[in-house]
Amino acid sequence: MKNFLIGSIGVLFICFSFKAQEKDNGTLTGNIESVFQYLNEDTVIGANQPPSKGLLNSYMNVFYTNSGFKAGMRIESYLPRIQGYPARFDGTGLGMRYIGYSNDFIDVTLGSFYEQFGSGLSLRAYEDRALGYDNLIDGARLIVRPAKGIMLKGVYGYQRLSFDQGRIVHADGIVRGVDAEFHLNETVPFLKESDLDITIGGSFVSKYQYDNVPELILPENVGVYGGRAKFMYKNFFIDGEYIQKEQDPSSDNGMIYNYGHASIFNIGYSQKGFGVILSGKSADNMSYRSDRTKDLQDVFINFLPALNKTHTYNLVATLYPYATQPLGEVAYQAELLYTIPRKTKLGGKYGTSINLNFSTTYEPIKHTSSINPSDSNGVTYVARPFDMSDSLYWRDINVNITRKLNKKFKIALSYFNIVLNNDVVKISNDAKGIINSHIGVIEASYKINRKHSIRAELQGLFVKRKENGEANDKGDWATALIEYSISPKWFFSVMNQYNYGNPDEDKRVHYPVFSCGYIKESTRFMITYGRQRAGLFCVGGVCRFVPASNGLTLSFTQSF
Amino acid sequence: MKTTLLISFTFFTFFYFSQKSNHSTREKSLPSIELKDMKGKTVNISELGLDGPIVISFWATWCSPCKKELNTINEIYQDWQDETGVTLVAVSIDDSKTKNNVPIYVNGKGWEYIVLMDPNGDLKRAMGVNNVPHTFLVNKEGKIVYSHNNYASGDEEILYDEILKLSSK
Repeated sequence: MKNFLIGSIGVLFICFSFKAQEKDNGTLTGNIESVFQYLNEDTVIGANQPPSKGLLNSYMNVFYTNSGFKAGMRIESYLPRIQGYPARFDGTGLGMRYIGYSNDFIDVTLGSFYEQFGSGLSLRAYEDRALGYDNLIDGARLIVRPAKGIMLKGVYGYQRLSFDQGRIVHADGIVRGVDAEFHLNETVPFLKESDLDITIGGSFVSKYQYDNVPELILPENVGVYGGRAKFMYKNFFIDGEYIQKEQDPSSDNGMIYNYGHASIFNIGYSQKGFGVILSGKSADNMSYRSDRTKDLQDVFINFLPALNKTHTYNLVATLYPYATQPLGEVAYQAELLYTIPRKTKLGGKYGTSINLNFSTTYEPIKHTSSINPSDSNGVTYVARPFDMSDSLYWRDINVNITRKLNKKFKIALSYFNIVLNNDVVKISNDAKGIINSHIGVIEASYKINRKHSIRAELQGLFVKRKENGEANDKGDWATALIEYSISPKWFFSVMNQYNYGNPDEDKRVHYPVFSCGYIKESTRFMITYGRQRAGLFCVGGVCRFVPASNGLTLSFTQSF
Repeated sequence: MKTTLLISFTFFTFFYFSQKSNHSTREKSLPSIELKDMKGKTVNISELGLDGPIVISFWATWCSPCKKELNTINEIYQDWQDETGVTLVAVSIDDSKTKNNVPIYVNGKGWEYIVLMDPNGDLKRAMGVNNVPHTFLVNKEGKIVYSHNNYASGDEEILYDEILKLSSK
C-alpha cells in the first residue's frame, strides 16, 4: 500500500511535468542541504574519531504545486549520520512525502505534514534539522475555511519516531486532533470597524496506544483539550491558552494517573521606539507523547515553549542553555526594548537601542496533604496553575545596548547573569548545585567600504566559585571572534574559546575554529575546521547533546 | 520499489529542468500560502495586491544578521520606497517560544515593513528556505527575480541595484 502511494506520487509528478510542457508549468521549489564531517581523535577534549572517519548527512526537499494540486517529498541520507544525531538514523530514502489539493476553501493533505494548534501546547508537529528533531505526522489532514476569519483543522496519523535503513519508523500510538480558530473581527459584523481585535480558538487532541502492560490498566485513549484567546486594543495585546491533559501514565511521569495542565499568557504594549512584554507559563505533568514508553526528545505530540530569551552569542547560547521541564515548571519572563531617539543628546546621531530581559523558572508545588497513600487511584499529588515553590530552576537577567557611532562604526555591549540549578536541570557532569555565571560581551563592527566589513566579538564568562573556593563546573571562559565579510559573496571568520579557568589544569585548552563561506544567490558553501567542545545545543527549549569534536565540516545548501 | 521512485524522480527532474534555462529561479512564482499578520489577520502571500516590486525577507528575533539587515534597510527604506515603489515584507519564522516578541521588536525598532508570521514554517518550506536570513526579490508580475541567502554589510546595496533594474523597466 505504502509502495503504491509512493509510486503514485512519482507517476503524478511525471504526468504533471508532461502536462507542464503544454501549458502551465506550475511551481517547483525546494532545497538541498549536505553536511560532511571528517573527524580526528582528540583525547584532550574527549573527541573520538568515528570508525568510518567521514560522516555525511544530506537532505533534499522538492515541492510542486499546480492549480491547487500539491505534492512534495524529502529524501534524506545518513552515511552515517553526523555527530550528535541519534545513532539510529541511517540509510537513504524518503523521510517525508505528501500529495494534496488546496483552494481558498479547503486544503487537504495525504501523507506527511507539519502542524501546530494554538501556541503548540496541545499539538505541534515540526522539523528542526539542526536538532535532528522531526515529529511529523503521517496520515491525513483537512483544513477548511468556511468564511473569512474562520479556520477549522482536523489531523489524523502516526508520528515519525525514527529513520532506519532509509525508511520512516512510526511511533506506536496514533494521534487525532481538531482545532478551530475564529478571528472575530472578520466574522462578526459589529466588530469589523472596532479597535478591539479578538481571536478565539480551541483544540482537542487524542492519542490511542494499545495497553501492552498486563499488570496495569492503562488508559489507551488519552485526550488533551483547551482553549485560547487573544485581545488587541490599539497598541496593547493580551493572549492566553489553557490546556488540560487526561490521565496519561508514562515512563516520563513514573506511571502516575494525575491529570496534567499547561497554561501560558502574554501581555504586551508597543509603540514606535518602545516595546514591553510580560509572559507567564505554568505546566505540570505535560509530557504528552504518542508512545508512553519513549523519552528524551522522541515523539512529543505537544510543545512547551521555554520562557527565556534565545541567545546568540556563543558562550551565552551554548554553555548554559535552558531546556523545558515537561514534568512541571512555573516560569515568567519580561522583555523591554527601547530606542533612544536619534539626534538627541543620549541617543546620538543614529539612536541607541536598549534591550532588557528577565526570565525565571521555579518548580511547581506538589500538594500531597489531600492524598491518601493507600488509595490505589494512582494520583500522587495535586498541582495548581502558577502555584510555585521556592526551588529555583533558572534565572536570566540580561541587558544589551546597541549604538551606531557613525556611518561606519557600530558597537554593542551586553551583560548576562545566568543562574541554573544543575541538580534538577542537569547541564553538566562537572558542576554541583547552583551554577551562577556572569557573562560580558563587546561586539564591534566596522564598515570599511561598500563591500568590505569587519566584525569582532570579545566574550568573557565568569562562574561564581563554590564555597570551598574551587571553581564550579568548568570555571571561567573567554572567547574572541573576528569575522571579515566581502559583500555579497565571501566571509571568513576565526573564533577561539579558551577555558582558562578550568579547575583541571590539563583541561585549560583552546578551542579554535576557522570558517569560510561562499554565497552565490541561493547557494551557500561553508567550510569549518577546528575544535568544538561538548555541550547541549538547544532550539526553543528543545536540546540535544553534541559530543566534543575536532575536524573538518563542509556544508552546502541550495534553494531552488 | 526504490528503483521506481528513483526513476520517476529522475525523469521528473529531467523534464522539469529541460524546459528551462539554467536560471530556473528566474521564472518562479510566489506560492499561494496563507499567513497571519501581527494582528491575526489572514493574508495570502501571493495576493498582497501591491503595485511595485516586493522584497520578501525571512528573519527571526533570535537571528542577529537578519536583524542587522532589516535595521540597515529600515534607515533607508523611505528613500527606497519613494524612488522605486518597493515594499518589504518581513516574514518572521519565530515559533511560539519567541513569536510574541515580534511586535515588540518591530515596533520597538520602528520598522515600517509589512510583517507576517510563519510560526509553522509553511512559507519557509514552500519557498525552499534552508536558513535565515534569506531574501527574495519579486517583480510586479509576481515572479522571483533575485534571492540571497546571507547578510553581510553592503548586501543591501546589491539588493537595491536589483530593485532599480526592475523599476527602470
